Parts: sequence; C-alpha cells; structure tokens
Amino acid sequence: MSVQAPARARGRAPDRTGPTRIKGNGLAFWLFFTPFLVGLVVFTIVPLIWGATLSLFEAKGTVLPTDFVGLANFRHFLVDTAFLKSLRTFTVFALFIVPVTMVCSLGLAVLVNGLPRFQSFYRSVFFLPTACSYVVACVVWRLSLFNGLESGIVNQILGAFGLDAISQWLSASPYWWIVLVSVRLWLQVGFYMLLFLAGLQAIPSQLYEAAAVDGLSPGGFRMFRLITLPQLRTTFAAVLLLLLIAAFQAFDEFYNLTGNNPETRPPLVYLYNIALGSQQDFGTGSAGALVLTAIMVVAGLLQTGLLGFGSNDEGGRRFALRLRRGGRSAR
Amino acid sequence: MSAQMHIVGSGRRSTGLVLRYVVASVLALVFLIPFYAMVKTALSTNEEIYTSEFTFWPAHPQWQRIPELFADPLFLAALRNSAIMAAVSTSLSILIAALAGYALARIPHRAAKPMFMLVIIVLLVPATTAFVPNFIIVASLGWIGTLRGLIIPGLFSAFNVFLFRQFYLGFPREVEEAAYIDGAGFFRTFFTVVFPNTLPFASALTVLGLIGSWNAFLWPLVVAGNGQGAMTVQIYLSSFLTAQTFDYGGLFMAATISLLPVLLVFFILQRFLVAGIAATGLKG
Repeated sequence: MSVQAPARARGRAPDRTGPTRIKGNGLAFWLFFTPFLVGLVVFTIVPLIWGATLSLFEAKGTVLPTDFVGLANFRHFLVDTAFLKSLRTFTVFALFIVPVTMVCSLGLAVLVNGLPRFQSFYRSVFFLPTACSYVVACVVWRLSLFNGLESGIVNQILGAFGLDAISQWLSASPYWWIVLVSVRLWLQVGFYMLLFLAGLQAIPSQLYEAAAVDGLSPGGFRMFRLITLPQLRTTFAAVLLLLLIAAFQAFDEFYNLTGNNPETRPPLVYLYNIALGSQQDFGTGSAGALVLTAIMVVAGLLQTGLLGFGSNDEGGRRFALRLRRGGRSAR
Repeated sequence: MSAQMHIVGSGRRSTGLVLRYVVASVLALVFLIPFYAMVKTALSTNEEIYTSEFTFWPAHPQWQRIPELFADPLFLAALRNSAIMAAVSTSLSILIAALAGYALARIPHRAAKPMFMLVIIVLLVPATTAFVPNFIIVASLGWIGTLRGLIIPGLFSAFNVFLFRQFYLGFPREVEEAAYIDGAGFFRTFFTVVFPNTLPFASALTVLGLIGSWNAFLWPLVVAGNGQGAMTVQIYLSSFLTAQTFDYGGLFMAATISLLPVLLVFFILQRFLVAGIAATGLKG
C-alpha cells in the first residue's frame, strides 16, 4: 500500500508509544477506522437522531415527520396502561427467571466441578441447548412438551406423579409462566453455568485447605457457605445484571409462544407492536424505543461500574477487591 | 476442586461420587429431552402426533419429509439466506472490527482518543431497542426484504472493536517492528503479519457470531417484509408456528434440519466457544 514506513534506526529499543514518526499516519488511521466509522454513523448515530426527531412528531405509517407534537408521544407511551402492564410482565418474569437461573446454573457448576472424570462431557451436555435458537425451542415447547395433549411429555410426567394433565398451558395464567420460564431456563442455564465454573476454578485451593485445617468438613455445606459463596461475589453480581438485562430484552419466546397477548407482553414485544404492528406508529414507537434505551443505558452503566470492561480493567479489579474486602470484614 | 477430593475419607467419597454421577446423568437426560421430542415428532405421522397415547418412538419413521422439505423452494431460500447471513455478517463484522481496533490500539493519531470515547459511548446503547430507528433507516434506503437490509446494519459492533483494541494493546510489538523495518506499510503489516496471528482470538468471536446470526430473530423479523428475499430459517419456522400450521411433522423436521448446521459448528469449535465466553464474558 501507499503508506510506507521509513526504516527505523537499527538497534533502537521499541518505545512504548510505538512508531510515532512514520509518515502518513493520518491516512493509515483513517483507512483502518473509516469502514467502522461510516457504518456507525449510518446505522447507529443517524438512526438515533432520526428516531429522536420522529419521537417529537406525529408519524403514523410514514418515517417522515408530519406534525410537531412536542412530548405527546412520550406522554402517550408512558401513561398507556399497556406499557405499565408490559413493565409488570417483565417484573413477574424477572422474579421467576433470574433466581431460578441463578440457582440452577450455580448448582450445575458445582456439580460439574465436583466430577473428577468426564467433566467436559457433562459440561457439553448442559451447554448444548445454548446452540439452539429460541424459535426451535418454542416449536418444541409449544407443540410437543407443553402441547396440552395427554400424550404430551410434560403431561405424561405429571401423570406419572398422579397429577391431572393440563390442557391450557399457553392460555391460562399460572401455566404460561411455567412454559415461558422453562424454555429460557433450558436455553440459557448452560451459559451461566460456564461463568460460575470459571468463577469456581479461580478460587485458590489454599482457602479450602486452610478452612479444612480450621475444622470445616471438606465438601460440606459450611465450607460452601463460608468459602465458596463469598468467593463468587463478583460472579454473582455479574450474572444478576446479565440476567436482568437479558430478561428486559426478552422477545423471541414471548412472540413465538404467547404472541401479542396483553397479559404476557414484555416491553420489547409491546414496542414491536406499536412501531411495526398494524398501527405503524413510528412517532410513539421512537419515543418508546428511547424510553427503553434509557432504561437499559442506566442498567449498562451500572454493569460497567460494577464489572468494568473485562478482566484487565482497573475499575473492575478494584471493585472485585472491594467486594472481597467488604465480604471479609462483614464476617 | 481437587483440594476437596484429597481430604475426603475414601468410603464417604465413593458413595458421594456415585451419587454425584447419578444426579449429573439424570439431569443430562432431562436436558436432552427437548432434542428427543423434536426428532421424534419430526419422524412421526401427523396422526401419531395428535393421538392422546404416548409412544416412545414412531412406528414408521417419516424419513421422506427430508426430501420433501428440500424440494420446498421457500425452505431452500430460507436456508440459503441464513447461510449467507451467517457467513457474510460474521466474517465482515470481524474484519471491520479488527481493522478499527488495530487503528485505535496501534496507529498513533490525534483522533484515536476521541474515536475510542465514541466507541465506549456507543457500547452503552443497546442493540435490541435499536430495531425501531434501524427499521426507519433501512426502510428509507428501500432495503426491506433484501439481504442488504438483513446483513449490513449489523456489521458494526462497537463491542467487537473494543475487544480487538484490548487484544492489540497486548499484541507483541516485535513482530510488527520487524515488518516495518523490512519496509512494509501499515496495511501490508496488518494483513501479512498481524491479522494471521489474530485468528486464534478471532475464532471465538467467529463461533459466537455464526451461531448468533443463524439464530437471530428480532432483526430478521423486522426486515423480512413479505417476500422470501430476506426470509431466514428462523422466520420460516416462526411463521408456521404462529400461523398454527397443521403439518406439525413437517415443521419439526424443518426445525431439526435448521439445528444441524449449528450443532456441527458447536461440536467442532466448542473449545473456542468456551474459551470465548471465559474471555469476553467475565472472570470470577
């Protein structure tokens, strides 16, 4: 290419700032960075600005603003009971899926971690559903496992325990939560198991040895409560936030299992129906997208503050240290 | 935790171990039930599917559903679109992110800092709620129902740029120095020396990208339009699921076939996947 580096003085130690005096740096930087920058501008920044503009206008069935309506779209979106209902749906869903996934993934991680042989086989089996799409899982859940027929597999299992078969899995209130929660649990628990496994394997074995010397029985519950759980604090914080954010963005299984039912419509399905359903109300849809984005940016900031951007981040490490120190002094 | 293993008395240890393997094996079977149910239904006749009597395996497996599906032009179009989307979006998004991340990490420039700040800010904007504004721009470009509309808006991942920047910050400088001394420019250095050494790191992102875009649902649903120009295999399955089809067997066979490529990628490249989650997710 045209950007040539002049020969650097031989034998000079490479400096920390790199080859600063190479001619044509400006051009090289932009050649490398422009493809991303153009895409970012066209498919992130322009849509954001356009959406923010549309949120202040009446725009039904058109992506061009027609009448300026101020904040009416926001008011319309926020006070609509349907939106509040979607937030309630998210809350109920999160109350089930977050603790259940947390406990199951930790349990699986502890179980797999305690297997001296065939560990990777069991890990693979529990991780396998992660490869499956929500749509495929919903096909199986809706038309096979929970199909409401007596021959359906879950009804067969209920029958084996002497319970009555249930026919309205997706049409009545407590039942649909079982379907919605179990499908997501099956799909995501393997992923969180891997995170907990990484956390477990990072606990120094000396801690267990020292605790055993202090009289705790190895592998016992007290050892688990006093050593393992406190050591997993950062993983817990991370998994909690990841699960909450993922639950807030739930769409696929609700769309494919219960559709547009207002009783089981999480925020994203509601937004989809405003913006791209029969109304095609892009004004209110854009306002709603901004509201949901704002909620998730706050959650994202929280996550960033808590965890930092990965393992070599200073903030994240300091936070982890603080958590561990806090945990120690609390005991 | 091998430390636990050493200390436990041998009698308790062996019963405990057996119990652990029993629990793990039962759970493993439970985890595999949905796959079994899927394949079983795919091979059952529609009469068998509707009966109220449970059978463990269909008496006459309906293998002919496979050639029937591969004769369905809509299903073939959906498979083709999904394959193109997975391959093109994964490879291009990784290349774009690697170039941008390299620029931020290794090419000294006044704009590097502000551009990095921009990446960090964009990182906070969730991709899922962006479907409304993105629909607006894609509709304005006339890309609804096209592969362009399906693929191009998703190629620019700030998160991947961030990951590549971190990776290149820790990349051994000596390799590049040697190439520069030999007179290679930034581009030649990048493509002949740097990028080939990036591949092990990129492979984790590749697996995650392939599986993620093959399984993607919300954006393909938004872009699909009415024709088959941008219909992916997930949209194909979903349209039959939500329209209450009566050919359950065909739907389950289509679901099974759609899962096979992902399982193949998953089994061959699983170690990259596990490593990728450990590296990009978080550490304990």
